Amino acid sequence: MTELIAYGVVLGSIIALGAIGLTLLYGVLRFAHFAHGDLMTLGAYVVLLLNADLLPALGIPELKLGPLSFGGRMLGALVVSMAVTALVALLIDRILYHPLRARRSSPVILAMASLGMAFILRSLIYIIWGPQFLFYSQELRPAWELPLAVRLKPDQLLILVMVLCLVLLLYWFLQRTKLGKAMRATADNPQLAWVCGIDTGRVTAWTWVLGAALAAAAGVLYGIDAQLRPDMGWSFLLPLFAAVILGGIGSPLGALVGGIILGVVQQVSTAFLLPTYKPAVAFLVLILLLFVRPRGLFGGT
Amino acid sequence: MDVSGLLSYAVSLAIMGGIYAVFTLGLNVQWGYTGLFNIGIAGFFAVGAYTSALMTTPMPEGVYATYVQQLVGLDLPFPLGLVGAMVVSGILGLIIGIPTLRLRDDYLAIATIGIAESIRLIFNNESWLANGPRGLTGLPQPLRSWVEPQHYNYLYLIVVLVSVAVVYWAIERGVRSPWGRVLRAVREDEVAAAMHGKNVFAFKLQALVLGAAIMGLGGALYAHYVRAISPDAFTPLFGTFLIWVMLMLGGSGNNKGAILGAFLVWGIWTGSTFVTDQTLPPAWAARAPYVRFLLIGLILEAIILLRPRGLLGEERRVSTLLEE
Repeated sequence: MTELIAYGVVLGSIIALGAIGLTLLYGVLRFAHFAHGDLMTLGAYVVLLLNADLLPALGIPELKLGPLSFGGRMLGALVVSMAVTALVALLIDRILYHPLRARRSSPVILAMASLGMAFILRSLIYIIWGPQFLFYSQELRPAWELPLAVRLKPDQLLILVMVLCLVLLLYWFLQRTKLGKAMRATADNPQLAWVCGIDTGRVTAWTWVLGAALAAAAGVLYGIDAQLRPDMGWSFLLPLFAAVILGGIGSPLGALVGGIILGVVQQVSTAFLLPTYKPAVAFLVLILLLFVRPRGLFGGT
Repeated sequence: MDVSGLLSYAVSLAIMGGIYAVFTLGLNVQWGYTGLFNIGIAGFFAVGAYTSALMTTPMPEGVYATYVQQLVGLDLPFPLGLVGAMVVSGILGLIIGIPTLRLRDDYLAIATIGIAESIRLIFNNESWLANGPRGLTGLPQPLRSWVEPQHYNYLYLIVVLVSVAVVYWAIERGVRSPWGRVLRAVREDEVAAAMHGKNVFAFKLQALVLGAAIMGLGGALYAHYVRAISPDAFTPLFGTFLIWVMLMLGGSGNNKGAILGAFLVWGIWTGSTFVTDQTLPPAWAARAPYVRFLLIGLILEAIILLRPRGLLGEERRVSTLLEE
């Protein structure tokens, strides 16, 4: 059981990265971004492209770091992928969502547009990489025996460390920088933020950058832990939204806690249910939550 | 292809177009008239198809029973299968609607995705229910003894078109009544509708359940046409997304538009099979379907950006009492 919980925390930290971006977008842009899971997939495949094809072709060697299944080249690819995914998100916003906002379309129309974008992104990934499972590395690394009968792979520990670093960085950004404060203010009340002189256009752009970069990182970390498939992002969609609603829409801290809870619940459920039921478990948590406390555990908007 | 081949191809195209028209009409009740964002149509599709299958097939016996497991096999006639599909699918709508329709709009969307995915997982994994991933086969078709087997599709086309006509007529009656005007009032401004003493939640729930029942009917019509169903048929793309593109292209809030969109998009979808088969290199054969998914996705974005009202758009005059 402790091992399942530990795996759950690893999965939950990946869900949390996606959910933090999703909740910020939800708060600032006021619509349910259904393509968020597919941004995760995109980020994961961009790293595959860089790490398996482009960078080796440039003659950059991979120096494996200690017991990990990857090294510095992979981490470099991760940073590039976060930037690429952020640029793609900005481009999509410019072409698709910005014109819709300009004509004051209802949030449901924007949500529908994002659903269409989810299918477009996934189709492109299918077309470029094909439907089969792909791996960053097939190499088997021994797991470490940790206290409390927990066995974790070094890769999984690194995932936890990286999520922690990203979350601390984000916390610093949101709490200490002017832009971060403006983002929180906009997520809380866009009209009021606008009236107070906050450049909401700039905040919107940076929210896309942040949300997409975090989603890309989540996709890559999932790819390291498991495998890459074109529909991986779709299967993350329910846990992502469940985590966002659990934490209260617009609250990054809530999404973090919600994500970890969802990861643990999903992983522990495999003790009683088939692992393929994980998305259904996330849905069950969501429905129970909507009955008991639809505003989320931490209030929210 | 000779003339009779072409004709039978046209008939199968029309049958599927008609089945999709039933779904699109159901979605039009929910989205077009009431503004409910249901993106789990595939769930109602599957429930309708499986309900009718379980009601109309006999329980497997003898050797057959070791290969096929199913919860029940009632061996009832086809029309009862249709009714059962509508009832069960409607109940599913009720179950989803009660916790979500009092909350924000987008909670319904998330809950419907969730139920559609969960239903697919359940049919895939619970073999005792409906034979798991292998699904059910040999579904009965109505009036099969009336015509030669090779001409049967003509008869089924009539069954489908009659269903489309009945659903169309019923919805048209509904939306032109005071009830239908309340639905549109709820869509346009919930607070104003509530202020006029309308129970917004009750009207939304009625629209959701009615639309769900119609989708259940569509699922049953599909099941008895293909005669073999498995969970793979009810993916988000086929079961949900295609139907959304149909309604958005034809025109939300217009039943004629809903039907037109269903036939058009199904025509584009199957027609593009020829194009991708002819133009793409053989190495791309496995990827051809995804090229078509991409095309359908781009069509949706183009409609949303360039012509949000769709081809026909909503009719302005909606009451027989209000003459121009």
